[in-house]
Amino acid sequence: MSAVHVPSLTLPGPPDGPGYLVEARDVVKSFGETPALRGANLSVARGEIVAVMGPSGSGKSTLLHCLAGIFKPDSGEVWCDGQRVDRLDETKRTKLRRQCFGFVFQFGQLVPELSTADNVALPLLLNRVGRKQAYERAVYWLARLGLEGLEGRRSGELSGGQAQRVALARALVTKPTVIFADEPTGSLDSLTGEMVMDQMVDSARAEGATLVLVTHDARVAAFADREVVVRDGLVLDHQIVGVAG
Amino acid sequence: MSQTSGGPTRAPVLTQSIHSVYTRTMSVPNVPNTLLGLLEREPSHGYELKREYDNYFGRAKPLPFGQVYATLSRLERDNKVSPAGLEPGDGPDRKRYTITDAGREEVEQWLAAPVDPEPYLQTVLFAKVVLALMLGREAGRYLETQRAVHLQQMREVTDLKRKGNLVDSLLADHALFHLEADLRWMDLTEARLSALAKVVSR
Repeated sequence: MSAVHVPSLTLPGPPDGPGYLVEARDVVKSFGETPALRGANLSVARGEIVAVMGPSGSGKSTLLHCLAGIFKPDSGEVWCDGQRVDRLDETKRTKLRRQCFGFVFQFGQLVPELSTADNVALPLLLNRVGRKQAYERAVYWLARLGLEGLEGRRSGELSGGQAQRVALARALVTKPTVIFADEPTGSLDSLTGEMVMDQMVDSARAEGATLVLVTHDARVAAFADREVVVRDGLVLDHQIVGVAG
Repeated sequence: MSQTSGGPTRAPVLTQSIHSVYTRTMSVPNVPNTLLGLLEREPSHGYELKREYDNYFGRAKPLPFGQVYATLSRLERDNKVSPAGLEPGDGPDRKRYTITDAGREEVEQWLAAPVDPEPYLQTVLFAKVVLALMLGREAGRYLETQRAVHLQQMREVTDLKRKGNLVDSLLADHALFHLEADLRWMDLTEARLSALAKVVSR
């Protein structure tokens, strides 16, 4: 078998820094009068896969959105690779998200008017990567995730599992430092969800990406290196002190 | 592990590992009916039956040869199997068995009968939560710790499953769904702790 050609990609990325790659320090975030995070702390090491669990309304998705620079916290600090994310203005946060982060949401959120290849190439085109290079990488990632032959399809012509894998390809195509996934298997059956998780974990490890995964599903969380639980806007730190019968 | 001499069957390390985190709650298969089922697939002798049984159903706890031959004798006595000649082996000739119509009927009835659900109503978990609430202790904290231990075990099984074959996956899935059921019970119990505390307190 001939060696697989991996299309090259050059993107400006943040410098390597010591310590944790992603951190939330005493993050507070409210929506109107409703507090979502009440001083949340979380540290994620480079290359680590962390599952964020918790009941509905506990603040786990808000935490992910703050870490990813989508929400700006009311107070507290968010760090990524030595950079203070919460202090960046909207333009810089958008740039950070496009260049360093990949996202997978519960319902793929593909652009329905675009083809599968267009959807995957889109983050690169927005990053001003050349069209040829962008599509080469898009096709490469689609094939790597077992989606060859579907490049021309629109999202309405894909199964739920295929759409989620396209979303995963779109998240990986920029070679992100961190992948943020919010209930990535929430709309899939068990077997399909497992396949998506297998590919997500394998790809993240192969690419050296850090994965922060919000899920309420323990079987999905079991793919991670560790899990944290968010309850009432706080991150609980689990310490297993011993197992008794 | 009780490996009887003469048998080359060794359980794959992976499945042993899954069993090691799982056998605490797993029912042991019905040996006579399982052997009958294997004989319905094709006539066989004790050595081969043990190998097949251990490979699919008893990898962490292989079947002793003595139990295989004693079971086959009982099945023969009850007309569920009948001898079908001798086969030369490494040692003495091996007695080959074939399933009878009565044996086939037994397998059919056993497969068709539902297994008793095991709701584990009086588990250690349940007792600990109720007692902690009765004593005014931090049941929530206990549940959080237990939850972490359960998830750690799920991680181990998931890791083993991802490295294993399809039969390993089947076994691991059974373990994962049961562990998940425990976790869901813990989550719901945690959400109900204040109400439960009022019920059990004097």
